[in-house]
Amino acid sequence: MTKNKEKTFSIIGSHKTKSVVEHTAQIIFTICAFFAVLAVISITIYMFVNGTPALAKVGITDILFHSVWKPTAATPEFGILFVILTSVIGTFLAILLGVPIALMTAIFLAEVAPKRLAGIVKPAVELLAGIPSVIYGLLGILILNPVMYKLETAIFKGSETHQFTGGANLISAVIVLAIMILPTVINISESAIKAVPGHLKSASLALGASHIQTIFKVILPAAKSGIVTAIVLGVGRAIGEAMAISLVSGSSVNFPLPFNSVRFLTTAIVSEMGYASDTHRQVLFTIGLVLFVFIMLINISLNTILKKGNVEHE
Amino acid sequence: MNSITKKKTRVSDYLLYVLIYASAAISILLLVGIVGYVFVRGIGNINWQFLTTVPSTIKGTFGIAGNIVNTLYIVIITLLIATPIGVGSAVYLNEYAKPGKVVTIIEFTTEVLSGIPSIIFGLFGMVFFGTTCGFGYSILTGAFTLTIMVLPLITRNTQEALKTVPETYRSGALGMGATKWYMIRTILLPSAMPGIITGIILAVGRIVGESAALLFTAGSGYLLPKAGAGIFKKILESGGTLTIQLYLCMSKAQYGEAFGIALVLLVIVLGINMLTKYLSTKFDVSNRP
Repeated sequence: MTKNKEKTFSIIGSHKTKSVVEHTAQIIFTICAFFAVLAVISITIYMFVNGTPALAKVGITDILFHSVWKPTAATPEFGILFVILTSVIGTFLAILLGVPIALMTAIFLAEVAPKRLAGIVKPAVELLAGIPSVIYGLLGILILNPVMYKLETAIFKGSETHQFTGGANLISAVIVLAIMILPTVINISESAIKAVPGHLKSASLALGASHIQTIFKVILPAAKSGIVTAIVLGVGRAIGEAMAISLVSGSSVNFPLPFNSVRFLTTAIVSEMGYASDTHRQVLFTIGLVLFVFIMLINISLNTILKKGNVEHE
Repeated sequence: MNSITKKKTRVSDYLLYVLIYASAAISILLLVGIVGYVFVRGIGNINWQFLTTVPSTIKGTFGIAGNIVNTLYIVIITLLIATPIGVGSAVYLNEYAKPGKVVTIIEFTTEVLSGIPSIIFGLFGMVFFGTTCGFGYSILTGAFTLTIMVLPLITRNTQEALKTVPETYRSGALGMGATKWYMIRTILLPSAMPGIITGIILAVGRIVGESAALLFTAGSGYLLPKAGAGIFKKILESGGTLTIQLYLCMSKAQYGEAFGIALVLLVIVLGINMLTKYLSTKFDVSNRP
């Protein structure tokens, strides 16, 4: 079967059929390549088209800078200020908690660990990345929340103003997020550390610096742009995570204090999209739009960092 | 060691070593803890009925057969659409495109796509494929949504694989009179196959673990497709994957069932992970003698 077919493509095949086939192939590949562009453009358009009507209807300040969220009340209020703040503060805390551990692990993998030990830790990290986010959520509910509840009852004993949450609070969500960004940050900073030219390390060691001094004073500064990339990607992952924290965080709109039950941008969408209608639904899309804008800002800054990094290397 | 005469002991050095080892230990313990906990709590819930039936309110039993089938449907349909597009896009970027604005834009959008959180894909899929295209809550809507999501994964892996194909293969084939498409079809794609397959398997892992993008697109149906034409009709019906069912069990506080599903998911993820490891060591060019 293939013999006959191949003949048309061989030297004795006519020029005409060949050029038609060649042209079609090129056009098909080009279309495939523009699919990603098309997808990003249509996602952007759809997010703006669906996210802006509520801003006009309810008023930009009433949504973005107002903190009362009562979407189903008789006179509904759609303030998402606390939701935005929760996402920002929650992500920041998760980064604060997760990045040092991730960075140290990356150093361990790239510099400190004996080869065999690294051969155990690295696959473990990769597996962590593959675990579905709902499983993190499930474990968060059953392991973290009870611990948090004990802490909560101990700290707020006799308090009359505190609303007890059963342990589903900001801290639980932050811990889950911090664990979830570990693999991303570890993998990217590890390759950044490994990409540092060997002569820098040799020079530093030859001058009498200890291995640790070399790592922290020479290698890490040299791998700076890669590490920043890793952190930015970690921010993106943390701010966009929905299912893992939707039940762990307690999901009621509050100011993001450690022991408050809180709602993130993502969890607001997940928990209410199922039954929302009319303006409520449109506001949920506005929340989606806010999240989308955050992600786009992160992507653009990532792109600039990468470009800058490339220039530095040249 | 570092100085010629005597090694100076630095307290800060030891402290940092301790921190480094402790962090690595945390990463390992997390994994062992998670896998172990899920295994211990989940194994008791897994039995034949759990794996082969659908939930029945009359008999009061629970099973995930419908969800397993839905997951398979979504994986297969998504890959059928995403693989040709992803591979095609990589071939264009690597073989046809000349470096310039166009390539920069395509590569930037591919980056952006891989950075968009799945909940946004879910919203987009819901309004675009669900409402605008009229597929509603269906397996097809879910598969289309996930196609966009896994596209960068397949594109990037194929691109990496194409980059490792030696330039001499290309010039050899072209020099012998092969046309470009013929060269791509018979030389490049077969040589890049391991990379493409790795990309596909990673995509399977992503699809199996995905939940936020599917909640509002594929819905939460749990029934098995009916025999005959029902097999094809199913793609227009709502179908929740394993992760969705896990989430629903979780919100209803049915933790036993949730752990059962979690264990099934973990086994699949572990399997996929080992498969990619095996493939990448087997086909790694640098390992060849």
